Amino acid sequence: MAHPALALRIAIAALALAATPALAQAPRAVDAMRGATPVGDESRPPPLGNVENKDVRRERAYSMQPPTIPHKIDNYQVDLNVNACLGCHSRGRAPVTQAVAVSVSHYMDRDGNFLATISPRRYFCEQCHVPQVDAKPLVGNGFVDVDEILSRPSAPAAKAK
Amino acid sequence: MRWLIALAKRYWATIRRPSVHYSLGFLVVGGFIAGIVFWGAFNTALELTNTEAFCTGCHEMRDNVFVELKRTIHYTNRSGVRAKCPDCHVPHDWTDKIARKMQASKEVWAKLFRTIDTREKFVDHRLELAQHEWERMKANDSLECRNCHGADYMDFTRQSPRAAYMHGTYLVGGQRTCIDCHKGIAHQLPDMGVALRSP
Repeated sequence: MAHPALALRIAIAALALAATPALAQAPRAVDAMRGATPVGDESRPPPLGNVENKDVRRERAYSMQPPTIPHKIDNYQVDLNVNACLGCHSRGRAPVTQAVAVSVSHYMDRDGNFLATISPRRYFCEQCHVPQVDAKPLVGNGFVDVDEILSRPSAPAAKAK
Repeated sequence: MRWLIALAKRYWATIRRPSVHYSLGFLVVGGFIAGIVFWGAFNTALELTNTEAFCTGCHEMRDNVFVELKRTIHYTNRSGVRAKCPDCHVPHDWTDKIARKMQASKEVWAKLFRTIDTREKFVDHRLELAQHEWERMKANDSLECRNCHGADYMDFTRQSPRAAYMHGTYLVGGQRTCIDCHKGIAHQLPDMGVALRSP
């Protein structure tokens, strides 16, 4: 072997290959969305859920969480030409539509300077804001709200008192 | 000019002269039948230009606007009821339809002179073309929308609260018409300017 680095890589690959069958035989699904379908086969996706369209604002799980969208956004065009969300959520349209106007934080660039228009890094709303489907969560979630933690008797704040 | 008047006088004399060879009955019945045939042929040809196959016969429509329509709810949906090009772009009443068809002769001109025969040219003209349609629909109070979507038959309790509020206030109140809010529902929007990009 002329290249020791190459030899090392081959050795790692061989080890990985040797280890793979043991993983594949495990009954545990590799991917929660694929289920037990082997990698070579096409999985049958579950039917699409209905997007909640109640127009009632949901509680945020934590203070800085981007609010989820409480309505359908099917075929909303967000591209170089137009941002359909701003048709209602822009500063100028919000009074008419009674939608929540875009927050001032969205006018800031990464250095904290305020811009006249929405910062380009905030332009694509769906990077952070998403609609919700009434569906069973794929994985468990042990998240506890910070308010609840603070109100526990063992919390530092309570001890200080 | 004088020869034109002379020609007109000659034809007028011919038209005024009673028929020599044909009976009155033949002329009346023959004229009636010819009229039916002419009218039928005219209307058939007109309706032929009022089909989706005709509209998408040109690549300008097939490769640009028709492709975009296919993704929208006006083309594919759970119940399979769909809108075809003339449903929204040609008035259904006869006189309005003829007026629009005469206007459309300008579009034949654009086709011949290749005004939008490439994607780039189409994109350049997109705002202007869209504005024509928006102005037309605003002028006739979104008649083509209302051919299917009657405000009187909307069940606001089946709409989302936001839609019910907007329709109940602005549509029923007559302050706005469909196209004021529902632009770009069947095709992609052109560059809408800073107001709809980043205010």
